[in-house]
Amino acid sequence: MAATFFGEVVKAPCRAGTEDEEEEEEGRRETPEDREVRLQLARKREVRLLRRQTKTSLEVSLLEKYPCSKFIIAIGNNAVAFLSSFVMNSGVWEEVGCAKLWNEWCRTTDTTHLSSTEAFCVFYHLKSNPSVFLCQCSCYVAEDQQYQWLEKVFGSCPRRNMQITILTCRHVTDYKTSESTGSLPSPFLRALKTQNFKDSACCPLLEQPNIVHDLPAAVLSYCQVWKIPAILYLCYTDVMKLDLITVEAFKPILSTRSLKGLVKNIPQSTEILKKLMTTNEIQSNIYT
Amino acid sequence: MFVPCGESAPDLAGFTLLMPAVSVGNVGQLAMDLIISTLNMSKIGYFYTDCLVPMVGNNPYATTEGNSTELSINAEVYSLPSRKLVALQLRSIFIKYKSKPFCEKLLSWVKSSGCARVIVLSSSHSYQRNDLQLRSFYLFIFETESCPVTQAGVQWHGLSSLQPPPPGFKRFSCLSLLSSWDYSTPFRYLLTPSMQKSVQNKIKSLNWEEMEKSRCIPEIDDSEFCIRIPGGGITKTLYDESCSKEIQMAVLLKFVSEGDNIPDALGLVEYLNEWLQILKPLSDDPTVSASRWKIPSSWRLLFGSGLPPALF
Repeated sequence: MAATFFGEVVKAPCRAGTEDEEEEEEGRRETPEDREVRLQLARKREVRLLRRQTKTSLEVSLLEKYPCSKFIIAIGNNAVAFLSSFVMNSGVWEEVGCAKLWNEWCRTTDTTHLSSTEAFCVFYHLKSNPSVFLCQCSCYVAEDQQYQWLEKVFGSCPRRNMQITILTCRHVTDYKTSESTGSLPSPFLRALKTQNFKDSACCPLLEQPNIVHDLPAAVLSYCQVWKIPAILYLCYTDVMKLDLITVEAFKPILSTRSLKGLVKNIPQSTEILKKLMTTNEIQSNIYT
Repeated sequence: MFVPCGESAPDLAGFTLLMPAVSVGNVGQLAMDLIISTLNMSKIGYFYTDCLVPMVGNNPYATTEGNSTELSINAEVYSLPSRKLVALQLRSIFIKYKSKPFCEKLLSWVKSSGCARVIVLSSSHSYQRNDLQLRSFYLFIFETESCPVTQAGVQWHGLSSLQPPPPGFKRFSCLSLLSSWDYSTPFRYLLTPSMQKSVQNKIKSLNWEEMEKSRCIPEIDDSEFCIRIPGGGITKTLYDESCSKEIQMAVLLKFVSEGDNIPDALGLVEYLNEWLQILKPLSDDPTVSASRWKIPSSWRLLFGSGLPPALF
């Protein structure tokens, strides 16, 4: 319980995140109808990996089906825009499949026919070197779906002879520092790497006590536990929607081994990026 | 499941497993941080499940530049073979409906690893104590240097920690009538039946309070009495499962409120230390007690980043 300044006593949310009384009661008092509803919801929230042409589900996980030496994952719209402009336009990438999932963040209630303008999660491989994979994930993968996503993509037999690179953004207010966050030179890059990643990062490592959540954390945890070399590049920015300056903050990664050989024409890529920005800007004007 | 850091699984036969329950004020987890940091325990593996919200960060117990870049995840196992201690630290909350599967996975690992006993550090809402647990109506009789000054202070303690009287005052309960009204401790313990057989005598000698039973459904007067740990997360589930699986488990908890729970964590580790004697026994000087536990470097900025200078 906590008292507010207005003299009322309110139930403060527990930091431990436990609504345990309710959950315990639920477990004991769950009727068959409740159970059915819960299972139905779980089925609706299931993560499905579909093949490109046939749109049928993959029987095994993506990386069990295809050999992989390098896997680059972009999570969030700015990271996706970066890979689109700089990496995908420098080579011929073929779509291998996509992940379909639904959660409360999706703007549509139709779970089977998510259109192409909706948030997506698509997997590509390089035609000239099919063991190089890329994932563009602009949809939000909820807590209960993150492990499912890992299962469907990585499977249960982890292979150590591949290198994973993850790119994502975080709001600068998530960054804890002894200075004020207002004085930070955002956007800026930080990195987190697993024990088996032996190369150096192109930016400082994330200082204590900062942590990372959500899908990037799920992937990195998986890699750390199963000893796969992986690095996460985190861009702290104060603009969470698609923004030129934020995307350009990822540029130092172009010179690292993770993206070596995958980037050809940088000036052309910058042009493509600018075009991407303008198409989005027009939509965001509330007067048109 | 347990995944070792090295190539082979370490031998944990006969070890004592210390673990937190994710509970109110995160007191168990803070206490575990203090133990792992003070004893400089080394990481031996991960407890990888799909039950906890994923999180990663760099080594929370970093002391130098060199060891500050090791990645840590949400559930890790540390050990101190010289004291036969193994510690599990949990750093995030459970995904909905996954707390029970987690308990099952954990207890099956405990059985298969050969750990002798488990000690769970936890906490419970202090506002949910019943009258018996509160028991803090007491009379202060202060004696100053010059003359005795009687002051009846009726204080309802909603707080879990009671401070000793300020220096210069001596408190003594001189009326035998009030002897049953001396203040109760906010700490409690619970033992599973298999644990009771081995440590009951030791616990009795420490004069600890066992967790009282309270009404299963507080609003109904004639409901049965059972152990309730409101705000304790999976503590009750772990305890019940251990009782039925005959695992030696002890639960050590403190009644706390949310807020700055570092003093509560320090209190809980001292309470544990009374039994396990991890560090040397406490002398009477209260200033020494807090400093002998090493605060991890990741406890900086617990209440947010720095403030903009223009604010003032």
